[in-house]
Amino acid sequence: MGYTVRLWAIIYKDLVSEFRTKELFSSMFVFALLVLIIFNFAFSPGTRELQLVTAPGILWVAFTFAGALGLGRSFALEREKDCIHGLMLCPGDRGIIFLAKFLGNLLFMGAVEVITLPLFAIFFNVRILPILPSLTLILFLSTIGFASVGTLFAAMAAATKTREVLLPILLFPVAVPVIIAAVKSTGRVLEGRPLSEIAPWLNMLLSFDVIFLVICYITFEYVVEE
Amino acid sequence: MKEPAILAEALTKDFGPIHALSGIDLRLEKGEFLTILGPNGAGKTTLIKILATLMRPTSGLVRVAGYDLAEAGEALRRRIGVISHQTYLYENLTAYENLRFYGRMYGVQDLEDHIRGVLEEVGLKGRRDHLVRTYSRGMQQRLSIARALIHDPSVLLLDEPYTGLDQHATRMLTGLLARLRDGERTVILTTHQLSQGLELSDFVAILVRGRIVYQEKVAGLSLADLEDAYFQHVGQEYRWDTQ
Repeated sequence: MGYTVRLWAIIYKDLVSEFRTKELFSSMFVFALLVLIIFNFAFSPGTRELQLVTAPGILWVAFTFAGALGLGRSFALEREKDCIHGLMLCPGDRGIIFLAKFLGNLLFMGAVEVITLPLFAIFFNVRILPILPSLTLILFLSTIGFASVGTLFAAMAAATKTREVLLPILLFPVAVPVIIAAVKSTGRVLEGRPLSEIAPWLNMLLSFDVIFLVICYITFEYVVEE
Repeated sequence: MKEPAILAEALTKDFGPIHALSGIDLRLEKGEFLTILGPNGAGKTTLIKILATLMRPTSGLVRVAGYDLAEAGEALRRRIGVISHQTYLYENLTAYENLRFYGRMYGVQDLEDHIRGVLEEVGLKGRRDHLVRTYSRGMQQRLSIARALIHDPSVLLLDEPYTGLDQHATRMLTGLLARLRDGERTVILTTHQLSQGLELSDFVAILVRGRIVYQEKVAGLSLADLEDAYFQHVGQEYRWDTQ
């Protein structure tokens, strides 16, 4: 009971704060939109085949780079006025701070993806409705993996002066398996291949999610402690 | 034998080759107020962070409110309130929302009554629904005291709470801290302002380069005596720092 109340208190606090400033969501969404627009102009005269080859990569460039923007901001807020110390002083397992921040990041990244996906379909002339269940599964598993590692590294980077530079440098090499699996499986689904064909990629994403969620939860306390 | 409220024995903290704290021994009984004086870089903040479980010591024993720091950090945090020069407040939330958030994190029962009580105590009841970013520095520090008191801690750790306050806000904060001396709460205050240390506390200690070099009861101690002792240990070049 107490665990759930504390978990929700942190998420709710972040949601209220974001609702008032709209800093996180607006910057993530605008960035994702700009990526889609720029690549759409770059590849618009291309053939259907070219579009199918490039579209998954473009989609995940938009999602992951916009996600990195949001991840960085989520812990920067806690470093202002040293609020992270206020959180660490609260009783209970400090892993709850990681879990709440991870869920918040998942929510913000998910919201950006939900709004960006129809725009992607329009810009790249892709019919996503028939493949929506498969695409949703890929988005869900990939975003969990990316947000879990990203939340931990964002906490680490926020303690440094070069946080904006450090976060992508730390995050993207570790998140490479997630990004490759996401791009490959999205590509197959866009080509109209059955879900069974991307099962190995989905298994890889699932394994990454479980392993890194557990590792990040356990190590979070040591990352934020001085 | 009665369990002291705060006990530190042979406490050390190293940052690589730098000895931030070296062999600190402290003993405070319930209700006592200790002010730790020292120049910048003496180790005051490091000591407070260790007592507050924000930092692990390199070696030594620390017991706060009857709990061993190494074994019962979670239970111990329920009994500690920390006020720092940083407020730990979310600027895009109102005073009420900040206190409700921290109250929930501490699992405070009858939270609405507690919020009303602490806001009244710090004189911010009329501003409870204003965003913290609209508060002056002094008001933010008063709200920070309310935040630290929301769970009614038995030990209060105050790390340079006067930093950045004007004279009016300093007087208000001193008045508030004086009211916290209710005989139930044990308080450690760190500052480099000697007069404040003398005004509020039962004991003063001087920390220099990670070592406690002087400890004395405040009763019968004049500001001139304290200044002499301070500059003797810290060095005369620091005399301007306390003006």
